[in-house]
Amino acid sequence: MPREQPTALERFINGILPENPIYRQLLGMCPVLAVTNGMKPAMTMAAATAFVLICANTIVSLIRGLLKPHLRILVFTLTIATFVTIADRFLAAYVYEMSKQLGPYVPLIIVNCLIISRCEICASKQGVGVAVADAFGMSLGFALALASIATVREILGSGTWLGLPVLPAAWPGWGIMVLPPGAFLTLGLLLGIAEWASQRRAAGKRQEGGTR
Amino acid sequence: MDTLATLILIFVGAALINNFVLHYFVGICPFLGVSRRVDTAFGMGCAVTFVISIAALLNWTFTYFVLRPGAPLPAWVWAAAGGDPGTQVDLSVLSYIIYIFVIASSVQLVEMYVRKFFPPLYRSFGVYLPLITTNCAILFACLEIMKQMQDPTKLWGLHEALTLAVGGGIGFTIAISLMAGIREELDLCDVPRPLKGAGIALIVAGIMAMAFMGFTGVDKGVHEALSALLR
Repeated sequence: MPREQPTALERFINGILPENPIYRQLLGMCPVLAVTNGMKPAMTMAAATAFVLICANTIVSLIRGLLKPHLRILVFTLTIATFVTIADRFLAAYVYEMSKQLGPYVPLIIVNCLIISRCEICASKQGVGVAVADAFGMSLGFALALASIATVREILGSGTWLGLPVLPAAWPGWGIMVLPPGAFLTLGLLLGIAEWASQRRAAGKRQEGGTR
Repeated sequence: MDTLATLILIFVGAALINNFVLHYFVGICPFLGVSRRVDTAFGMGCAVTFVISIAALLNWTFTYFVLRPGAPLPAWVWAAAGGDPGTQVDLSVLSYIIYIFVIASSVQLVEMYVRKFFPPLYRSFGVYLPLITTNCAILFACLEIMKQMQDPTKLWGLHEALTLAVGGGIGFTIAISLMAGIREELDLCDVPRPLKGAGIALIVAGIMAMAFMGFTGVDKGVHEALSALLR
């Protein structure tokens, strides 16, 4: 008998923290590292990914009865590629500067493992309502993770947040944080912190259970 | 500039200076996932280099004849359909869909071909071949090539596109093999518990990226040396 599928609300909540795509599942790392040198590009990226994820999940969930097992991944990828083209043209038309700055990372949403895995795990098995809730939850989790990394990198790297100065002008600005190595270091340390917090929680729970 | 010098510059640029993994962050998933042992990491690198070259070859052909602004095939169809011959037909909006389709099918074809004709090679690639479809490095190489094809004045030829692809693949192999070597040693170290696994791997990658930043400016030196040599 198949395991009972989670409901829409569970899917939504799961995406934000318990199954956070970046800190828990380590999915979709390329954009996470590449566009988080400032809050603005990070948020644009999060919005584009959310749009693609929600649309792709909806479509895949609607056609899930027609999917053949061996062509499944190809159908997912082509659906995603269509919506990425729309998002890319939209960004190029309305926020041209940002689209230039994001460069190849907008089309690279196509191969973001996060979206394919959500299509595979949730949308190809459950109804539209659940799939959309799942997509919203996952996008929110993705946006939160991007925001956390971008906040650290932008504040330490250029002393600003969303373009507004937050640190005193005397702050020298750690150039390395805006450059590629800073991305790896920040994400590695934040992963460590997230892991440490969850280990502490688990240890606390175990202790509670022991004293009871 | 001389063709050979251009090719060498493109190669050095893709393999070392702007390393795909450590500068552009593409192909991070296999970089973290398949870098536990040197031999599997090297196998993955070779598989990626192989597929990236084939995908670049096919996608360059598509881009040159169909997708770029002013490509011959759509212009011919447009004229045959009775359109105004002065109009420039630009199908580049379709490029993402075509690229990913070509990559997915070429991975499938390569897998079938290798399984039929080179069984030992197929066994050593194992599960990595199908996984390559979702490797961003392949699509990224195709997009970089596409960027060079948008402007008709500096249109890239097939040799330039292939050099970029092979250089990128070799850069990926270098990065993932180095990483695997470091991680094999890291198994013997006392890493703080929360950082075990992906955390410490990312920090090591950050230090490697710093080291690779040292290659910045090498292209200028290579350029000068080459132009002195070829003069």
